Amino acid sequence: MTFPPSPPLPDESHARALLRSMILIRRFEEKCAELYTRQKIRGFLHLYIGEEAVAAGSLPVLEPRDSVVATYREHGQALARGVPATTIMAEMYGRKEGCARGRGGSMHIFDAETRFYGGNAIVAGGLPLAAGLALAAQMKGEDRVTACYFGDGAMAEGEFHESMNLAALWDLPLLFCCENNLYAMGTALAIAHAETDLALRATSYGMPAWAVDGMDVLAVEDATRRAVQSIRAGGGPHFLEFRTYRFRPHSMFDPELYRSREEVSEWKKRDPIPLLADRMRQAGMLDDDALAALESEVTAEVEEAVTFAEEGSWEPVEELTRFVHSETGGAP
Amino acid sequence: MAVITYREALNQALAEEMERDDSVFLMGEEVAEYDGAYKVSKGLLDQFGERRVVDSPISELGFAGLGVGAAMVGLRPIIEFMTFNFSILALDQVLNSAAKMLYMSGGQISCPMVFRGPTGAALQLSAQHSQACEIWYVHAPGIKVVTPATPADAKGLLKASIRDNDPVAFMEGELLYNLKGEVPDPDDGDFIIPLGVADLKREGEHISIITHGKMVHVALQAASKLEKDGIEADVLDLRTLRPLDVDAILATVRKTNRAVYLEEGWPWGGVGSQIVSIIQDEAFDDLDAPVVRVTQADVPMPYAKNLEQIAKPSVDRVIAACNRVLYRNS
Repeated sequence: MTFPPSPPLPDESHARALLRSMILIRRFEEKCAELYTRQKIRGFLHLYIGEEAVAAGSLPVLEPRDSVVATYREHGQALARGVPATTIMAEMYGRKEGCARGRGGSMHIFDAETRFYGGNAIVAGGLPLAAGLALAAQMKGEDRVTACYFGDGAMAEGEFHESMNLAALWDLPLLFCCENNLYAMGTALAIAHAETDLALRATSYGMPAWAVDGMDVLAVEDATRRAVQSIRAGGGPHFLEFRTYRFRPHSMFDPELYRSREEVSEWKKRDPIPLLADRMRQAGMLDDDALAALESEVTAEVEEAVTFAEEGSWEPVEELTRFVHSETGGAP
Repeated sequence: MAVITYREALNQALAEEMERDDSVFLMGEEVAEYDGAYKVSKGLLDQFGERRVVDSPISELGFAGLGVGAAMVGLRPIIEFMTFNFSILALDQVLNSAAKMLYMSGGQISCPMVFRGPTGAALQLSAQHSQACEIWYVHAPGIKVVTPATPADAKGLLKASIRDNDPVAFMEGELLYNLKGEVPDPDDGDFIIPLGVADLKREGEHISIITHGKMVHVALQAASKLEKDGIEADVLDLRTLRPLDVDAILATVRKTNRAVYLEEGWPWGGVGSQIVSIIQDEAFDDLDAPVVRVTQADVPMPYAKNLEQIAKPSVDRVIAACNRVLYRNS
């Protein structure tokens, strides 16, 4: 597929912010992989490496009053939304200081402060929730957009169909962000979907939908801005298919038998980080020193997160049953 | 006191709570224009408008999940399932989202909401429309389960459920909607029955029939017949399965030393299994006989009247179970 030409570079500070966001996600997750092999992080760990442009380009378009729902591959969205790296890392360590007090782990990052509503580990399970958040905004007359991230695999689920239909039927202020990385775990798109043009399928619900180069952070940002503007103006739900690629295995237990090394290296040629960095260099916005400074800034942030997690405490076992139910009684 | 039907009692509870709190809304199939498949929401569309009484397409998983999402940001949705049979389609959102949200978010995000509708068998509706769904819900920590048997309980418990800050599965009885009973007059103030308090529907000294939901009436009929034989039964209506009034269970068992658990559901992993386990843990020395359970037969519900009758728990089967526990020849 050919995409429209990439949007022009923004001003230097904005371009730098986009680059920094992508590098932060990359370095944070490289650290996660290392900590996983050192058994500091356990459970399932799904890395976003390769797909950073989607989170980094789309989330800053939202306002703090907006809401976000993501999947179990959500570190990137959480970081780009502004959930502190410290509490995300502490959560993966299972610490009390983690954003979910050690009850969620990597797959269940929640942060009410930034309106980040998970961290949902059932494929497509977040879609009805996101539609519900959007419905609540509509009912309360609040100007809030909800962005819902999910993968191509979710589009084979019934929850996808029900959520798309209800969102379109009720004109909900909802942005469906499909991260099409071509594989649902190890199942290629063509093996799972009778119609592989995902944006085309979305249009069948009567909502605007289009495909976006998900490796180009500027294209992601531009598409998201247009969609969000239209939603805020009362245009109802929109659907964006971000065509992207996961460089790493599905999880930490995946020998990648379903794809070739050649395919992976072909996609790595379109790594979103150098893609932006090279354009910035050509435009005179970035040199080796500036990149090194940015890298060390990010490294410091990741190290701070690790230190925070290392120095964290365990939830006392007496608290095992806390939060099964609300601690306050009913509505007054 | 006014004598009204179970259906009217539920309708009053919905209307009063919607009147009281603008964040409460009702969503489900046929709840608005149609007044509800069982007319529980009659008149609510006219009273509250389409923003708060929302007809949904046939998308149980979808609209249940939308309700959870709306609850996560402070609304108080009431999700009506036309019957709980259809809620099986929605269980991912009930169990994986609503029940676990508060816990897996470390206490940050609660889901104050009610899933309601009829559960259990009616008459000759056969396998897919005749199942007691309590067990799917009661199995999971994080969700409360309420099973009112009378109009008064229906009203007082529904009002409490709507005000509760956690998700509540509120399970009604299709055959109870026309049941009449005394309910406190709305002019006499808010009538609330707190969750987690069982109700002794009849007092006796020889045996305890413990039950919930529609089966309370079967238990009461059995108790009346037993009385003619000189057997006086306690009939304990649990009213809510979570939270469970363990004290009330132990009190009746310690009084009569003999117990039968009666429920509409299947025997395997039934509600009664848990109750019997609690009794033998906490009151083993008080028992004069093993506790016996009366359940639906371990088959999908058949259509034919004669087969359905024998598959369902009946007054005769309850009496037989009581006789067994009393070591009595019937």
